[in-house]
Amino acid sequence: MISDGKRWFTEGIEGLGRLTLLARDAIASISTLKVAWCDFIYQVYFVGVKSQSVVLITGAFTGMVLAAQTYIQFHKIRMDTATLAVVSVSMCSELGPVLTGLMVAGRVGAAFAAELGTMRVTEQIDALRTLATHPVDYLVVPRLLALHVALPLLTIEAIAIGISAGYLIVVGLYDVDATYLWYHMKRYTEIGDLFVGLIKSFFFGGMIALIGCYKGLFCDEGAEGVGRATTEAVVYCSITILISNLFLTLVLGRIFHTL
Amino acid sequence: MIEVRNLNKHFGSSPILQDVSFRIETGESVVIIGRSGGGKSVLLKHLIGLLQPDSGQVVIDGEDIVPMNERELLRVRRNFGMLFQGAALFDSMTVAENVAFAFRRDRSLSDKQIACRVAEVLEMVDLPGIEAKKPSELSGGMRKRVGLARAIIYQPQIVLYDEPTTGLDPVVSDSIDKLIARVRDRLDVTSVVVTHDMRSARRLGQRILMLHDKQIYTTGTAEQIFASKDPIVRHFIDGVSDDKEVFF
Repeated sequence: MISDGKRWFTEGIEGLGRLTLLARDAIASISTLKVAWCDFIYQVYFVGVKSQSVVLITGAFTGMVLAAQTYIQFHKIRMDTATLAVVSVSMCSELGPVLTGLMVAGRVGAAFAAELGTMRVTEQIDALRTLATHPVDYLVVPRLLALHVALPLLTIEAIAIGISAGYLIVVGLYDVDATYLWYHMKRYTEIGDLFVGLIKSFFFGGMIALIGCYKGLFCDEGAEGVGRATTEAVVYCSITILISNLFLTLVLGRIFHTL
Repeated sequence: MIEVRNLNKHFGSSPILQDVSFRIETGESVVIIGRSGGGKSVLLKHLIGLLQPDSGQVVIDGEDIVPMNERELLRVRRNFGMLFQGAALFDSMTVAENVAFAFRRDRSLSDKQIACRVAEVLEMVDLPGIEAKKPSELSGGMRKRVGLARAIIYQPQIVLYDEPTTGLDPVVSDSIDKLIARVRDRLDVTSVVVTHDMRSARRLGQRILMLHDKQIYTTGTAEQIFASKDPIVRHFIDGVSDDKEVFF
C-alpha cells in the first residue's frame, strides 16, 4: 500500500517534470518562429471549425437552463429583469470558458492523445526524428498555437449563443420586458468579465494541447497504451481546467476588479 | 565511421545490452544477427540516437552523440536514413508526401524539383507512378520500398535497416535484399542491417556481428560466420532450438 502510494507519487512528479520540459521545448520552438503554418491552419480548422456544433449546443442549452433557473428564483423577489445580467456575467467569466474548455478537452484532447499515441506505437514518431524533424516542432507547436487561437474564438461563440438563447427563453417563454432585460444586462456586465473569460480560455487551450500531446507522445506500447493515454488525456485536461479555473478566477478577479 | 564503446542499456531492471563494443568503417555493409528480443533493434536505435544508453559511447564520424540533446541530434541524423520494421509511413499522407517529407520541411527545393526527386527515388525502388497512393493501399513489400525511398531521398551516408524482410514472403524478401544491395552499391552508403533472416544476412553482409546474451558474441565475414563450428552460432544459423526452449 505504502509502496503503491510512493510509486504513484514518483510517477506523478516525473510526469509533471516531463510535461514542463515539453512546454519549455514548445515555447523555445515557437520563439524561433519556424512554425509549420500549413499544419497550424489545418489544426485551427480541426479544433475550431469541427468543434462548432458541440460548442454551440453546449452554449445554447447552458444559457437556456441558466436563464430559466435564474428567472424562477428572481421572479420570487420581483427581479425578473435582472435575469439576463446573471446569465451574461456567468457565461462571460465562468460557464463560457469552462464548458467550452471541457467540451473541447473531450473532443480534441482525446484526439491528440490517440493520434500521437498511435504514431508513437507504430514508430512514426521515431521516423520523424530520423528525418531530422523534432516531434515538438512538427506535432506539438501547431496544435498548441491552434488551441490558443481557436479556444477563445469558440468561447466567444459559446458566450454569444448562450446569452441569445437565455434571452429567447426569458422573453419568449416568461414574457419579461426585453428593454429592461437588455438594459440591466449591459449595466451589470463589464468588459472585464469578457476579458476574464477570454484569458481563461487562452490558458485552457494551452493546457488541453499540452496534456493531449504529452499523453500521446509518452503513451505505453500497444492498443491498451493508446486507449489509456486517450482516457487519461480527457480526465487530466478536465481536472486541470476545473482546478486552474479557481486560481485564474481569483487572480484575474483582482486584476480586472470583477470580484 | 560508427564506433560503439562499452554500451550498456537496461529497460527497468532488465539488462538488454551489456558492454557492447564494435566499429563499422565507412562504406562497409554490416549485418547484425541475433535472437528475437535479443536487443538488435535497441542497438540499432542507439546508433541514430533514438535511444540513450545508460552508459557508453556512440561515436559517429569522430563525434560522440550520447551527450547530445534532441536538437543537436537532428544535425547528426541528416547523415542517416532508416528503414523501420513496419516501414513507419505517415498514414495521413500520400506516398509522395511521405517520400518528400524531409524536403518539404526543409523548403530548400521547389515543388517541381521535389516531385522530380520523388519520381527518381520511387523509380530506384521499382515503384514508379504510385505517388498519389496512401500507405493503407500498399502491400507489406511496397510499404518497405516506400520506407526505403523516404530513407534514401536525402542521399544519406549511413542507412540503417531494422528487420527489412520480416513478415514478407521469400520472393518479396529476396527482392528487398536485392534492392538494399542496389542502394548500397549505387549510393555508396554504409549499411547496417538488423535481421534474423539468414538468407538476407548471407546476401547483404560483408561482415556479420552476432548479438547473443546481451553482448557481441562473435564477428566475422559472412563466409566465416556461416562456416563457424561454434555451437551457439551453429544453432542460430541452422535454426535449431534447445530442448529446454520448446514451449507448448
